[in-house]
Amino acid sequence: MSVSVSTPLLSASRLVKRFGDFVAVGGIDVEVQQGESFGFLGPNGAGKSSTMRMIGCVSPVTEGELRIFGLDPATHGKQIRARLGVVPQMDQLDEQLSVEDNLILYGRYFDIPRAECKRRAKELLEFVQLTDRAKSSVEPLSGGMKRRVTIARSLINEPELLLLDEPTTGLDPQARHVLWDRLYRLKQRGVTLVLTTHYMDEAEQLCDRLVVMDQGKIVAMGSPRQLIQEHSPREVLELRYSAGTNEQRALEVDGIGHRREVLPDRVLIYADDGEAALADVHARGSRPESVLVRRSSLEDVFLRLTGRSLVD
Amino acid sequence: MVGSFLQPLLYLLGMGLGVGALVDRGDRSEQLLDGLTYFQFLAPGLLATTAMMVCANEALWPVMGGFKWMRGFHAQAATPLSPGEVAGGLALWHGTKALISVCGVALVLVLFAETRSFGILLAVPFGALTGLAFATPLSAWSSTRQRDTSFPAINRFVIMPLFLFGGAFYPIEQLPDWMESVAEFTPLWHGVELCRGAVHGRLEFGSAVVHVAVLASVALVGWLVARVTFARRLAA
Repeated sequence: MSVSVSTPLLSASRLVKRFGDFVAVGGIDVEVQQGESFGFLGPNGAGKSSTMRMIGCVSPVTEGELRIFGLDPATHGKQIRARLGVVPQMDQLDEQLSVEDNLILYGRYFDIPRAECKRRAKELLEFVQLTDRAKSSVEPLSGGMKRRVTIARSLINEPELLLLDEPTTGLDPQARHVLWDRLYRLKQRGVTLVLTTHYMDEAEQLCDRLVVMDQGKIVAMGSPRQLIQEHSPREVLELRYSAGTNEQRALEVDGIGHRREVLPDRVLIYADDGEAALADVHARGSRPESVLVRRSSLEDVFLRLTGRSLVD
Repeated sequence: MVGSFLQPLLYLLGMGLGVGALVDRGDRSEQLLDGLTYFQFLAPGLLATTAMMVCANEALWPVMGGFKWMRGFHAQAATPLSPGEVAGGLALWHGTKALISVCGVALVLVLFAETRSFGILLAVPFGALTGLAFATPLSAWSSTRQRDTSFPAINRFVIMPLFLFGGAFYPIEQLPDWMESVAEFTPLWHGVELCRGAVHGRLEFGSAVVHVAVLASVALVGWLVARVTFARRLAA
């Protein structure tokens, strides 16, 4: 079964998830097209995982409408799940089984014949570069390797839509880049990716389009480039003063650039030209302990939209 | 399997031979145990107690782990499997595990001439059923728990007392009347009676049907409840 180009692969309108009185997702509208790579960016507790669990057809929708492959999770959960791949926040691998057996057993849950599971497991382990670990047990593997096993496992049913809940949280930089590379290849193969993250670099790397979520609501939507252009000047000047004096020293640089943001550890100045802003700072006689001029990022967008940083 | 073979073997050697030597010395010992030696009396009950112990262990921490630590049930729930099927698969595994351990005990019984009989073949499924009668209700319980604080208490105040007072080591007629009535309500006693009756070829059809019906109902109700509690937990 294939979805025609005009129908979105995933659509949610006024989607709500409540746990008792607590509103985890407060009415969001989202559409994801086939082949797209779509992200939910937000801090912990923004409602990203609750949204993902509704899309994964394991957590029932409280209110609103959700369609995946044009089907309703309430009535077609099984059929939808059969076509999804899920990479959960925590790995959920069976540590007593070998890497290969984890994949084969999982494939059996999809009613894929054992021989076929074996063939796919071999291919997938090659894809995530773990062929040499096929017979090893999962337990001693590194965090990044386990993550790759989980991704391989999620692909065993050749899903049309892959859901990734914080795919690289807790991994070291090198492991993250290996993972990003693999996910990028999947995207090139035409697999639709929907992911959550609280890393702006991850969103910039992987997402064609994303929504910024905060406290269960969508506060902005667009491509990473669009969002940065719309919500933040081109460059950011970061100033670090000695500890505890940021508030006070920030007054010295008042009026420089478009906007100023005082964080506990640094002062940010948003400007079209960071170097020029720095020259102004020096001209006023302000002497920060260190300075950095960088391009503005999604982190700045988030800060602008919510007044808080992404990673606390 | 090895554990299920060695542990009952130790019990049999320790209790069966040691206590047995004392019990069987009495003049009326024959009448006391319906003409069985103490060793013959004790051994078949271990089929049921072992299944109970194994299943109780499997249905407490590993079930909590499936939701909370290793989260294997969540992984299963992300596939086309329904929560009910996850609970059913688990019960099937517990039944298999019970069967394997009961086979271990059966091997021990085959070792000794006093207990060697074709009745063992019948006692094996009875033992496994006893295990299942503990596995499904305890799985349901575990699936509703956020913490494992109640688990040691279940072991100490449910499983251990049943092991001691459930009729495996002496006839429950020896207990005070009120305790005897309590014992008759516990799944373990029914399992012990079935296994002992089967091994020694003294099972009456009528009482066998009642024992099996009790064990099967407990297992069935536990499974039905687990289907609901698993669905709730996995959807949360």
